[in-house]
Amino acid sequence: MKILRPKDVKTKGMRQINVRGGSQRVLALCLLFVHFESLPYGERLQGSTMKDADIKRLFYVHIFCIVSIILTTFIPSFFLEDFSVLETHLTWLCICSMCVAIINVVLYLQVKPNPSSKRSSIFHKISRLLKSCVYFFISCLLFHAIIVLYGAPLIELMLETFLFAVILSTFTTLPCLCLLGPNIKAWLRVFTRNGATSIWDNSLQITTMSSVIGAWLGAFPIPLDWERPWQVWPISCTLGATFGYMAGLLISPVWIYRNRKQLTYKSR
Amino acid sequence: MLKALVLLFLAWVCFLFYAGIGLFTSGFLLTRLELTNHSSCQELPGKGTLVGSGRGEPGACWTVPRFSRAVIVLIDALRFDFVHPWPAGPPAPQPFLGRLSFIQHLLEAQPQHARLYRFLADPPTTTMQRLKALTTGSLPTFVDAGSNFASYAIQEDNLIAQLNNTGRRVVFMGDDTWEGLFPGAFSQAFFFPSFNVKDLHTVDNGILEHLYPTMDRDDWDLLIAHFLGVDHCGHKHGPHHPEMAKKLNQMDQMLQTLVEQLENDTLLVVAGDHGMTETGDHGGDSKPEVMAALFLYSPLPLFPGASLKDPEVVPQVNLVPTLALLLGLPIPFGNIGEVMVDLFSGEGDTQPLATALAQASAYHLNAQQVSRFLHAYSLAAQDLPPEELQHLQNLFSSASSEYEQLLDQLKTGEVREADIQALISQLRLFLRGARTACTETWARFRPARMIGGTILLASTCLLCLITSRLTSSPDFPFHCLLLRAVVWGLAGAVLLAGGLMAAGIGLEPSLLCAGSAATSLIAFLWALKSRESSSMTVFLPGPLPILVLLFLRSAALFSDSFVVAEAWAAPFLLRSLSLFLVAQLHWEGRLLVGVSTACLSSPTASLARREGPRALGLLVGLLLCVRLSILFHRCPEETPVCQSSPWLAPLATMAGGQAKNLWYGACLGTLGVLVLAVRFWLRRCGNLNSPAPPVLFVRWGLPLMALGTAAHWALASGTDEAPPRLQALVSGAVVGLPRAVLALAAIGLGLLLWQPVTVLVKTGASSSNHIIVPFVGPPASQADLDYVVPQIYRRMQEALRGKLARGGGQTPLALAAYGLGSVYSAAVVTALALLAFPLLLLHTERISLAFLILFLQSFLLLQLLATAVGTPAGSPGPFSVPWLAISAWALTATQTFYSTGHQPVFPAIHWNAAFVGFTEGHGSSPVLPALLVGANTFASHLLFSVGCPLLLLWPFVCEGQGSTKRKKTLASGTEVGGEKEEEPLMEMRLRDSPHHFNAALLQLGLKYLFILGVQVLACVLAASILRRHLMVWKVFAPKFIFEAVGFVVSSLGLLLGVALVMWVDRAVGSWFKQLILSQER
Repeated sequence: MKILRPKDVKTKGMRQINVRGGSQRVLALCLLFVHFESLPYGERLQGSTMKDADIKRLFYVHIFCIVSIILTTFIPSFFLEDFSVLETHLTWLCICSMCVAIINVVLYLQVKPNPSSKRSSIFHKISRLLKSCVYFFISCLLFHAIIVLYGAPLIELMLETFLFAVILSTFTTLPCLCLLGPNIKAWLRVFTRNGATSIWDNSLQITTMSSVIGAWLGAFPIPLDWERPWQVWPISCTLGATFGYMAGLLISPVWIYRNRKQLTYKSR
Repeated sequence: MLKALVLLFLAWVCFLFYAGIGLFTSGFLLTRLELTNHSSCQELPGKGTLVGSGRGEPGACWTVPRFSRAVIVLIDALRFDFVHPWPAGPPAPQPFLGRLSFIQHLLEAQPQHARLYRFLADPPTTTMQRLKALTTGSLPTFVDAGSNFASYAIQEDNLIAQLNNTGRRVVFMGDDTWEGLFPGAFSQAFFFPSFNVKDLHTVDNGILEHLYPTMDRDDWDLLIAHFLGVDHCGHKHGPHHPEMAKKLNQMDQMLQTLVEQLENDTLLVVAGDHGMTETGDHGGDSKPEVMAALFLYSPLPLFPGASLKDPEVVPQVNLVPTLALLLGLPIPFGNIGEVMVDLFSGEGDTQPLATALAQASAYHLNAQQVSRFLHAYSLAAQDLPPEELQHLQNLFSSASSEYEQLLDQLKTGEVREADIQALISQLRLFLRGARTACTETWARFRPARMIGGTILLASTCLLCLITSRLTSSPDFPFHCLLLRAVVWGLAGAVLLAGGLMAAGIGLEPSLLCAGSAATSLIAFLWALKSRESSSMTVFLPGPLPILVLLFLRSAALFSDSFVVAEAWAAPFLLRSLSLFLVAQLHWEGRLLVGVSTACLSSPTASLARREGPRALGLLVGLLLCVRLSILFHRCPEETPVCQSSPWLAPLATMAGGQAKNLWYGACLGTLGVLVLAVRFWLRRCGNLNSPAPPVLFVRWGLPLMALGTAAHWALASGTDEAPPRLQALVSGAVVGLPRAVLALAAIGLGLLLWQPVTVLVKTGASSSNHIIVPFVGPPASQADLDYVVPQIYRRMQEALRGKLARGGGQTPLALAAYGLGSVYSAAVVTALALLAFPLLLLHTERISLAFLILFLQSFLLLQLLATAVGTPAGSPGPFSVPWLAISAWALTATQTFYSTGHQPVFPAIHWNAAFVGFTEGHGSSPVLPALLVGANTFASHLLFSVGCPLLLLWPFVCEGQGSTKRKKTLASGTEVGGEKEEEPLMEMRLRDSPHHFNAALLQLGLKYLFILGVQVLACVLAASILRRHLMVWKVFAPKFIFEAVGFVVSSLGLLLGVALVMWVDRAVGSWFKQLILSQER
């Protein structure tokens, strides 16, 4: 597996790619990372080539995410009776957010796009993990509060609203946690005009925005009198968020690829 | 730019909008006056006596009843081809063809008993309007200007009322629309909910359950059964669905059973109130919608001749006089239908002469009644063309005299049938002419006018966009262009008037206004194009998000669901807008500290440090306010699940003592907070110190108004609990207090206009530093004044600061003016507070909480916008209010309309507002109650449009706040005196460059009008494009009316607000002049 370590940046934007082999099998099983085997190991690459490779990697990771989300819509029906995305929406929400969370964590652990901090004692790791959990929970609460402020019922359908908040957090906060760690300053930095320092940051911007916009657009069909099952709160919003997330996953590699000439990252 | 010019220009633009709205309205909203006259049994509609011996018989009014009872089976949306006979043999290609085989059987087996007609409905083909037509015999329009808007109950004379008057009993079962139309008119009624279009069976099964038992009994004279299944099936599935076949089969079964139970003295009427389109909708005027079926059946032979091969076309209103005369009732007063002549054969007599005579007498009665109605109507309203009326009158009088002659001849016994037939055709000519004249006036859209109005509105919106860009250019000759436009407009109006007179058409105000508006608009645009060809190209408003927002706002008006849900949609968009604003702030790195300094230059970072948490706090407050305001929503009747807020009811209706008192306390608290907040804000700005009359009024008058309001609420909510001895006092106070509050508000506004400058001047002992005046003597020209005013202001500020910094007294003061920096906004805020109290009084008590939220929310919004937009640059450059701010303001106005318990439908209007201060009701004049109810309904539009100039002023006010904070931190550390720190000029920055100030006001007004105009335009387009929609008269047309009236109120408010600011500006100018004069001495 290849790990990007942009620690050596003095040499005009050239970065070192440090590749470890062992853990590649996990993803190789998914037959998604075949191309990477042909990449030269331990070689110093030109900036643009490196970026291309990175974009490719990003693309495969995202495709994997999308496929897994699609899988969550019908795989559980083999194990659970009466499972369908609309009828047993809450179950699907749980499954989907769990799945996305696990995949995000695993993928980002494998494909470490940003180097972890130098201190790597077990204690430090645990504290980071705990901190991340707390942050995630807080973000769920924050999203819940925002959704209620946006007009969702306060007391009725509390569980539904909360799960909506959870899945929104999974799509937005969790990738932040994985990529940037429990570091609010870094998060805030990423979401400014010139704040992105790598294509991972850019993709984070895009997926987060598109998830939120998807959820926002998902609220539009609710007042219509079509009487469809998916117009029930919060199904259209969660579906919107999911579609937005998936669209973001698709768009971000493409967008980054098309704008790769303009994207220059400052060192941190 | 001159101040008057700004106002005139805005007024001209408003006039253009009004003309467009007026033109569209005259083509779209057909109006008719409802007469409340009733025909009476004892009084014939005209002179003359009756043929035959009808008068003496029991149950006879104008004629002898032919039937003593009738059964009306109304099958909603029974299109003609559903009933049309289908030859036996091959199965019908469509599920709706040939299903009512029993009717076919009757027609073939008993041609003298049964007959089928094409039943021609008049548009609008909506059920309620059709029911009105089927009972009153008139042409209901959307706005039937009657005495009572609050209920749908029919005020006009109608069949049901006539039956009740003559002591007959009416039994009803089916659609609950009848309950609203005829409250309490039925001796027995089974209503079933009609709202759920998806439900095909509830109503029909309910009727079937009761129909047959009722038929067996004899405690009724008229039985009405209104089936809804066919109509609902059309809405849900369309006519081509197999479900339609099932539904029609069920109807066929029902008819079969019914006919078996029919007694000999009973007439059966099976009718559709309208048809349906190929998709199953109705409401418009296409052929399948208006062509319904009518089937008549009597167990006794009824029709003398054989039926025609092709069924005759009968206008829907014709059923009314026919039924009335057949049942021996007077024809309803407002009927314009003609009797169906086939049914009036001489009784049991096959002689052609007797038949013709009976028909002639029925026709004559009918014609007398129609003539009486036309006469009465033309006295009350002028919308029927007078020449036409005259022509009809002539027709009638000649026919009438012929009829008299005929009667005379009858006595001598020599009457030819041909004479009678000639008379009949003459009477028929009159009746048809009358109906055509009425239809022309009442029941036809005028597409040319609708299109013209729409185009006028659209081009005025365009004009607003273009000119709002041009205002900033200093040498743009607005006055020439305006003058040219006005001259052209007048010329156009004169020409049009001449043309209309020449063509012999009466002068119609809406047409004249539209003509002059169009010519002046064209003249303006033409001149603009020749002058500035480049500026015509770019005119999209603002950045992309605003375009998206505008698009969403307008697109939502095209969907009935979104119009109904606008109460939720507007806050949704508002929240999104404010969230977007803050997110954008963050994206640009202006929100929070801690962002790595690499991407921030240092000055903005320091700015961010200050603004960040504040903006976030403002955002959270704003979101909370918007969320809380939802609690005051009234639910539209289209969403049965939704529960209206219980807080909209007046306190007087509450039962519990404790809760009532608590609520009353809360309302009192709200009043107190409102007064205190206004005072606090003015004090903070320093405008509460001067001895000017408006300040005194704010200090003492406002609390007095609050007190009056509180007292009125206390009395009004507990009127019944007052001891009997005090009853008179209480009722007097209930009348007097609101008037007193209103008078106080008027006094306050008068004082504000009289002396709007709320600045306290303190002169020190001596002046060490003189104002540098480049001229001698009092300022002569405006330019001199403009030069000297900022200097005075700076000097005052310096003096003030020097006093603050050095503990006072060390440096001799020249002048100190408190509150000069916020003199404009203080006036506007005071005016708003003064306006708010009477408006508050018109609402129920607990809506005061919503008003508090309104004020808080608009304050937070202003602060947020000022923070986000940033304080204006130091240069006295052109000022402008961004589109985002104006969109947010307009959205807030819409949201507040809903959060004060309103809905854009007529039954939801707070009619009680008309009785605040007038508990005994009003006289005949409708002006005052209309004003009160209008002020109640459009309170939010009024407040927000008057407050609109605050959008321009607020950033300047906030500039002052920011700098005072900064100064505090500065004063502690460094030495202030040495530093040449730029003082915040606040609103005096505006006075620095009066040209830009006026231009900015003009631009603000134009932008606001544009945003509102686009909404009206969207409503207009929606109403005209969707005029066939099922909901057009229920949702789109009321929405259009509310939006249009709201626009008028808003534009007037805007003019008032801008005028107020300019008035203050003028007063400040003269104040400075006086100040300089006093300095000179």
